Amino acid sequence: MFAARNKGRLAMTAAAVGAALALAGCASGDPLAPETDPDAPSEAIVIGSQAYYSNEIIAELYAQALEEAGFTVDRNYQIGQRDAYIPALEAGEVDLFPEYTGNLLQFWNPDTTATQSDEVYAELVTVVPEGLQALDQSPATDQDSYNVTAEFAEANGLESIADLAGVDGLVLGGAPELEERPYGPSGLAEVYGVTVDFEATGDTTVESLLEGIVNIANVYSADPRIGQNGLVTLADPEGLFLASNVVPIASADLPAEAVDIVNAVSAALTPEGLVALNVQSTVDELGYAEIATQWLTENGFIS
Amino acid sequence: MTWVVNNLELILQLTLQHIRLSLLPIILGFVIALPLGWVAYRYRLTRGLVLTLVGLLYTIPSLALFVVLPPLLGIGFLSEANVLIALTIYAVAIMARSVADALASVDPDIRQAATAMGYSSWGRFWTVDVPLAGPVLLAGLRVVAVSTVSLLTVGIVVGVQSLGYLFTNGYQRGILASVLTGVVMTVLVALLFDRVLAMIGGRLMPWTRASAQNTAAPTSEAAA
Amino acid sequence: MNLFAEAIAWLLDPLNWQGSGSIAERVGEHLAYTAIAVLVAIIIAVPLGWWIGHTGQGKEIVVGITGAARALPSFGLIFLFVMLVGVGARVPAAVVVLMLLAIPPLLAGAYAGFEVIDRRTIDAARAMGMTEWQILWKVEVPLGLPLLFGGLRSAVLQVVATAVLIAYIGLGGLGYDIVQGIALRRYDQMLGSALLIIALALLLDAIFALLERYSVPRGVRAGRDTDVRTTPTGRRATADNPATT
Repeated sequence: MFAARNKGRLAMTAAAVGAALALAGCASGDPLAPETDPDAPSEAIVIGSQAYYSNEIIAELYAQALEEAGFTVDRNYQIGQRDAYIPALEAGEVDLFPEYTGNLLQFWNPDTTATQSDEVYAELVTVVPEGLQALDQSPATDQDSYNVTAEFAEANGLESIADLAGVDGLVLGGAPELEERPYGPSGLAEVYGVTVDFEATGDTTVESLLEGIVNIANVYSADPRIGQNGLVTLADPEGLFLASNVVPIASADLPAEAVDIVNAVSAALTPEGLVALNVQSTVDELGYAEIATQWLTENGFIS
Repeated sequence: MTWVVNNLELILQLTLQHIRLSLLPIILGFVIALPLGWVAYRYRLTRGLVLTLVGLLYTIPSLALFVVLPPLLGIGFLSEANVLIALTIYAVAIMARSVADALASVDPDIRQAATAMGYSSWGRFWTVDVPLAGPVLLAGLRVVAVSTVSLLTVGIVVGVQSLGYLFTNGYQRGILASVLTGVVMTVLVALLFDRVLAMIGGRLMPWTRASAQNTAAPTSEAAA
Repeated sequence: MNLFAEAIAWLLDPLNWQGSGSIAERVGEHLAYTAIAVLVAIIIAVPLGWWIGHTGQGKEIVVGITGAARALPSFGLIFLFVMLVGVGARVPAAVVVLMLLAIPPLLAGAYAGFEVIDRRTIDAARAMGMTEWQILWKVEVPLGLPLLFGGLRSAVLQVVATAVLIAYIGLGGLGYDIVQGIALRRYDQMLGSALLIIALALLLDAIFALLERYSVPRGVRAGRDTDVRTTPTGRRATADNPATT
């Protein structure tokens, strides 16, 4: 650290900083658009995944099933935000990506009114961009849901989100962006007339709920901790949340045989099955490759 | 720890990736800092400007730098380039100061003797100044290496895989062993770089091995 | 320029300064975490550094701690501590991590401040009959202030930078808007926050740089003769024009 010792140097510093900012005009384009690698081989099927361990497992299910059938697979996991991988998908850098119908539909059509599983999927198929296709959706779901502890539910007679309307002192916990999501505090107020305070709890949402830091938590429905901790998932009669089934998004020219295999894997994945896979990851602490191999063997995809 | 045993391959892969990604900023930082530090040392007028600017760059928190660089340079936010450029900037920031200090620490009498013997400026710089400044340069380079290895872990938040993956993934899944392993491996990689650099320094500058002081860590200024 | 204009617009938007989670609140949280962590670190590190500098024992501790601390990934430590103490104690966990980061520069600054003092000055003080405590408080501490403040400056900046990352364990501070902005794809929010963080860091750096400079005891040739940063100007010192740059 160097002390700016006199006004002259401070002035020079200010000028330099100003010049740097002025140069900002040189850069254009959307910084959230991804880097695409033009050298990726085109024979191999490139499978991507989100920075979400459960999604990584599903991607590995597809990967190993395809490898068993003789395809070459390149793994590009933990890509992260949709901003990064959707354009990569569209540009053909990634060929297959496990996604979730409701969240993805909202990404492409923020004003959608579909909420039920079938209508969400139907609409998703129509908004998929040119060059991509949505394969069959799986029965397995993994969507946002509001949960409370069993004690809290009993004490306040809660079965659905609507029952929250009369309760005071509600604090909602979830990822920081939940604060601004349409199904966050503003959605709760609009659709159900429920007012909540918000507390960002991120990856420790379930722990925060159990510790009493928050009393409502947004937990993904496939999170094994819901069952493990006896949490009560509040029903959503007004359709605040979109249904989110697992759906593989693929490039339009994915070989037909690959499509069939992927669809078969998706069909065999049940909601309970997905939760069980997640349990193996978080409780048994197994790696995604081992979990995938086990499941595929048990379900007859790998001999 | 069963988790460690079950995930040895992943740990190894991430460690190698971490080493690979750390190399470029360290080397590039050194290469860029050398002329910068020389200018700061040689021309007293520019010394203030260069070192102030460079010092200011170092005060910028890493996440903020990741956000600011893309619009300035036209690169992607979620890209390796973003992280590598940011790390190089930090490396230059640390190293430039070190180079200026190193060159200033060379005894002027020796420089005069070299000039008297007929060395050209260029020749004198490379055959007299740099070797004599070596120990301080090496100390700075070791600080840069350790700092880079540590900072690279933050790159995971923009999607750049390194040992930092063990932090976020372990936190998400509630696996303490993963986070702990990440911390331990990062420290080990940092120590590895430090030891290797010290060894290389010992080879290149055999005259410094005799004295124990060359391995002393820098004082508070350089420790900043 | 478009993105920077949007970022500035986000920063100036009055809506973002109202209600809970406002920019002012985030700045306040950030400064609070920094202040508490640095204060506790001062209490721990400065007396220790002074003691090591005064008695000359335990120099290796300083060297060891400063070196080792740089290798620790602060990002990982944040997660590690929260997982160790549970999410209910995440605020203390974050403060402890920040404090741990502030200790090495403060320790090094306190120690180095004493180390560069000319031994003859201490001898003279002893010869004049000062007790050890008097030597400590009247001679060593004042002379060591510049380097101590240098260490303090370094510590504060280190903590301010790391406090940006506590947003990843759901705490507030200026990193919160960046983390939220990433997920919501709002680059104006991300960039606005980043610029604010940078401005805050630069401001604190300037404040502590001034403190560092003005902490040199009046009338004393800065105890930084050995500091190679002060290149001699070539001017001769006169009574009213000390040769410091």
